[in-house]
Amino acid sequence: MPAFTPPPLPSDDKRWKIVNGTMRKNGFARHALIETLHTVQSSFGYLDDDSIRFVARSLRVPLSQAYGVVTFYHYFSLKPPGKHTVTICAGTACYIKGADKLVAAAEKRLGIPQGQTTKDGKISLMTARCVGACSRAPVVLRDGEVMGEVNSEQVLEQLERWAVE
Amino acid sequence: MNIEELEQIAESVRLENAKYDYEVNVCMDLACASQGAGPLRDELVKAAEKSGKKVLVRRTGCMGPCSSGPLVRVDPEETLYHHVHANHAEAIVASLGDGPVPALQCDLNEHFDKQVRVVLENAGYIDPEKIDDYIACDGYKALLTALTEMSPNTVIQQITDSGLRGRGGGGYPTGLKWGTVAKAGGDLKYVICNGDEGDPGAFMDRSVMEGDPHRVIEGMAIAAYAVGASKGYIYVRAEYPVAVARLTAGLRDARRRGLLGNGICGTTFNFDIEIRLGAGAFVCGEETALIASIEGKRGTPKPRPPYPAVSGLWGKPTLINNVETYANIAPIIRKGGKWFANMGSERSKGTKVFALTGKITNTGLVEVPMGIKLREIIEVIGGGVPGGHTFKAVQTGGPSGGCIPAEMFDTPVDYETLAQLGSIMGSGGMIVMDDTSCMVNVARFFIEFCMTESCGKCIPCRAGTAQMFTLLTRICNGGGTLDDLELLEDLCATVKEASLCGLGQTAPNPVLSTLKYFRNEYIEHIVHKRCPAGVCNIEAAVPEVQAEVLA
Repeated sequence: MPAFTPPPLPSDDKRWKIVNGTMRKNGFARHALIETLHTVQSSFGYLDDDSIRFVARSLRVPLSQAYGVVTFYHYFSLKPPGKHTVTICAGTACYIKGADKLVAAAEKRLGIPQGQTTKDGKISLMTARCVGACSRAPVVLRDGEVMGEVNSEQVLEQLERWAVE
Repeated sequence: MNIEELEQIAESVRLENAKYDYEVNVCMDLACASQGAGPLRDELVKAAEKSGKKVLVRRTGCMGPCSSGPLVRVDPEETLYHHVHANHAEAIVASLGDGPVPALQCDLNEHFDKQVRVVLENAGYIDPEKIDDYIACDGYKALLTALTEMSPNTVIQQITDSGLRGRGGGGYPTGLKWGTVAKAGGDLKYVICNGDEGDPGAFMDRSVMEGDPHRVIEGMAIAAYAVGASKGYIYVRAEYPVAVARLTAGLRDARRRGLLGNGICGTTFNFDIEIRLGAGAFVCGEETALIASIEGKRGTPKPRPPYPAVSGLWGKPTLINNVETYANIAPIIRKGGKWFANMGSERSKGTKVFALTGKITNTGLVEVPMGIKLREIIEVIGGGVPGGHTFKAVQTGGPSGGCIPAEMFDTPVDYETLAQLGSIMGSGGMIVMDDTSCMVNVARFFIEFCMTESCGKCIPCRAGTAQMFTLLTRICNGGGTLDDLELLEDLCATVKEASLCGLGQTAPNPVLSTLKYFRNEYIEHIVHKRCPAGVCNIEAAVPEVQAEVLA
């Protein structure tokens, strides 16, 4: 069997080298698929068609399988995130403490349902399964930073601040 | 590395700490950090430098009562301060040697008195990023003792004697599991740590991984020695970036100290651990799905047998335990299985960590001996329901568990009793609900969770949870009929019996338990078209719902 040569990097964007580094570290083994997709997402912010194709070819995983994995796990996103992201935790403790009201308030203000980004690409509204800060429920992540015991006004204020930036 | 060298490291840490007159420990766990523990620590360091006193400011893992955070403990006096903010730093440092700051002092004696700390013994006392701090608290002593003085069988015997049962929720006897993997043939075996804490509302494993990562690593290494494995994986949620960072640093430091790698402590035992990131799938808490995920595939479960103990990761015998289970191993080896078996109830030994959240005064992490009454956890340790509301129920076990009503609060917490009540021990989430929570809506919340988290492989779970969700939505919106309740019970039975894995088999629990204990709330929704808790918006929803109904 001829030795496998991984495909060339899609462009000279340095981030591809980081992605390639993860695959090389794992010897381009098929089981490194999820690890590699994590690296792509942390480098590029999301997974687009080109990156999934590149990773699938490099690891010799059928494209269908790679796509299946990407869509199976909630953590992977196929859409680019907005400039800012507000993530409202929808875990049980947050639900009991009224996280649904926060989601409703944010949806109304932004005019988009959860999981989407405003048309101008400024703000993404996401929900999370549980971020593990349940003792301070309801919890909201402001660009990844955890805020505890949040009320609707605080969420709206933050959205306002981002909107005028 | 040998025991003497370990003692030397511990001694040098003690000498180093003795240079200081005071130790100011700052809880830097997620809850406290979200309330400003980071700037607080910086201010404490500055104030300590300015004062000229010999003060060691230490960052620690979760101290427990998160609702009182940010928390600071001053040693050696063991004074606990609550709701500390950066502008209190100077006052705290100024008070050292001069009596405590009364305004910040917190009285949680009752909260702590009922607790027994085994898994959380170091939480709040060590810097999680310093392996030497862990070694100074007898860390890695159990591993070295096991490697040099005990045979793998003796290790397994100690674990069996301890009566430890799986802390992930299943409650399978750990010693028995280890014995099965040890007996399985083949020279390549794996040890996996399940750190995919998918149960929403629970964060014990996150706290242990972040606050005391070496405890998990040591437990895994002992397990590997006992079952004859040479490679381990820790499967952690990607949603826990701090846990991933702490474990990565912990593994690096353990390798540097020769506590992982080839020929550990001059023996022939080789063992190393890799981290695998989860990607947000609740079903990956199921062991066969978790294995599929480590193999880089979709996390769909497989029928068992064969059990992972015989054919697991890449078809090799594999031991899977939960974070908290591994966290119990080192103390058991250090103090003996009998010591552990002295705690707890007849069939559930030791202690259990619970994440106490919801409508309760003291939210946070608590560790209690098994067999303690629910009432003690909620009323004494948790401090009761705030705001003059009345208790309604406590939910244990997350989406796989059930709701236990206030009348049952005198039941002891152990695996069997909780199962008899229609709930499960689960991984340790304990969510308290008061009269403002609608139990039908709670059931709907959990079924929605299970519906979206169902991997879709088997039909009872995939279609059953979706139909249950439709029915519950209809009832919540006031469009339900009494026949729907029978239909629900029927569906619950089918999903429970016919699903492939734990997710589907336990998904009906929240519905069944609320139907059993809070049936009147269902009837109120159906017959009187009203939601007693005022959560469901019945009138507004009726017309559209009728059109939506799938059945």
